[in-house]
Amino acid sequence: MLQNTPGSEPGPSLPTARGARPTVIRARGLTKRYGDFTAVDGISFEVPAGESFGLLGPNGAGKSTTMRMIGGVSQRTSGELEIMGLDPEAQGPLVRAHLGVVPQQDNLDEELRVRDNLIVYGRYFGLDRRYLRAKADQLLDFAQLTDKANARVDDLSGGMKRRLTIARSLINEPQMLLLDEPTTGLDPQARHVLWDRLFRLKEQGVTLILTTHYMDEAEQLCDRLIVVDHGRIMAEGSPAELIRRYSTREVLEVRFGTDRNAAVVPQLAGIGERHEVLPDRILVYAHDGEAALEAIVGRGLHPLTSLVRRSSLEDVFLNLTGRSLVE
Amino acid sequence: MTGDAALRAHPPEVSAARAQRFGTWLYAEHELRAMRSYLSVIVAYSIGHPLLYLVAMGIGLASLVDANGGGDFGGVDYLVFIVPALLASGAFLAASGEFAWPVMDGFKWHRLYYGPLVTPLQPWQIAAGHTLAVSIRLLSQSLVYYLIVAAFGAVPSGFGILSVLTATLAGLALGTPLMAYAATIKEEKAQFVMIQRFLVMPLMLFSGTFFPLTNLPLFLQWVGWLSPLWHATEIGRVASYGYAEPLWLSFVHVLYLVALAAGGLALSFRTYRRRLVT
Repeated sequence: MLQNTPGSEPGPSLPTARGARPTVIRARGLTKRYGDFTAVDGISFEVPAGESFGLLGPNGAGKSTTMRMIGGVSQRTSGELEIMGLDPEAQGPLVRAHLGVVPQQDNLDEELRVRDNLIVYGRYFGLDRRYLRAKADQLLDFAQLTDKANARVDDLSGGMKRRLTIARSLINEPQMLLLDEPTTGLDPQARHVLWDRLFRLKEQGVTLILTTHYMDEAEQLCDRLIVVDHGRIMAEGSPAELIRRYSTREVLEVRFGTDRNAAVVPQLAGIGERHEVLPDRILVYAHDGEAALEAIVGRGLHPLTSLVRRSSLEDVFLNLTGRSLVE
Repeated sequence: MTGDAALRAHPPEVSAARAQRFGTWLYAEHELRAMRSYLSVIVAYSIGHPLLYLVAMGIGLASLVDANGGGDFGGVDYLVFIVPALLASGAFLAASGEFAWPVMDGFKWHRLYYGPLVTPLQPWQIAAGHTLAVSIRLLSQSLVYYLIVAAFGAVPSGFGILSVLTATLAGLALGTPLMAYAATIKEEKAQFVMIQRFLVMPLMLFSGTFFPLTNLPLFLQWVGWLSPLWHATEIGRVASYGYAEPLWLSFVHVLYLVALAAGGLALSFRTYRRRLVT
């Protein structure tokens, strides 16, 4: 196991209590301020190699800023940050040479053909053309874009552009991939294709660092995540742990009509562990949703519609912040 | 990672070292490859435009000027007098576009700069790479143009080939300060069109391009003295037909152009970094 001692070669640092895997990201009190505004407010976390780690939070929570600091293209105001044992501010080019980055907004060169986009990007890493030609074909296959190799980027759908951006980020065979809102703006089918590709990378041992404001994405892809809001970590754990800790097993959603929802809530006292009143429905957090519904009906209340579902990260976020993730 | 064990990228340390050494060229390569997709437009613009001037001014107007003893052009035909100026203004005009809109495209429209930003390249290398790619474009178009006018017999001296370099330098002397400014623009509200109309065009007209600067009243001659185009045109004339001026003055021309280009580039390194690294 590689150990990082002062003066040693840069490399994965000390193994952590999580097991034999070395820590590839270590953040301590990481803070970023823009004037009076604090985008990232003293967050600390560690990510072992090969983990799929998520930053879940609403827009403006500080997720993208954290990603930029990891890549060394945003300078931290205070705190410590180590990527593969390196300081991204002091050794930005070397840190970025280890990374693959999928930005929130596509920045493909639309004047180049699909395959050429991979090749010019690979050249930024000083990779030679022979390797790049072969690797580009391999990645186009991985991204299911082989038949579009000579198409103009302009002619690709949104989902194809995202897949091309992911393919591009893999050109240097990074061991860590940063994905900033990878599926925002895509239709459900395109999202599932993308998740499948990301899952394959995860199986190959690539460390995935993912920001998202989609709870289903976080549940699908992340081994562990931090819930961030206003630049602070609200909770940390695996999706299942977070749900167990901050929500009940099931959620009963009942609708009494927009005008009546708030008025009905006092009559639900004692049913379930907790209630959340949303504009269009009431959420009753209970271990047994069906039993909660029976209890409500037993009190002579008759919801217009009812639905029992499993708790999700959305419920975790709602409980932690009192707000919905997607507003 | 995605199969084929024989296909392996070199280690990150090699990527970082190569980017450190060759980053400017690696970025320029991308732009040159992109330029290929609109090569026909570049050729039409860079050669067609000055050729049009050459025919209209150099041949059409020249016959009128020469036939009527229209001016003192240092003992050469009007066509010979005007060719170094047209060569320099071709590069000057092309630079006024290449250092404006593509920069905006990099930062805002297609956000192209944000691709290399997350690779081992550094912001200054993006600015330098853009400058290198445009320099190669300016050199190529000036060379082709030079060969055309030389074929017309409009360049008496073999040293005229040096005007290809000075024309490129004229483009850079305007271009790199423009690039430094373009990197600070958040919203393009016709600033570039204003620059074209109220800076580039007047400089073309008052830089001794179509008539000697000394023909202008003294209170207008300062426009030429400040204009990179005038300095490039003057050395171009020295090289092309032995236009007589003191040697020290030729040095001043070159120094002025180099100072503007280098100063603009240094400023661009700052404005690019400020914009890209938050």
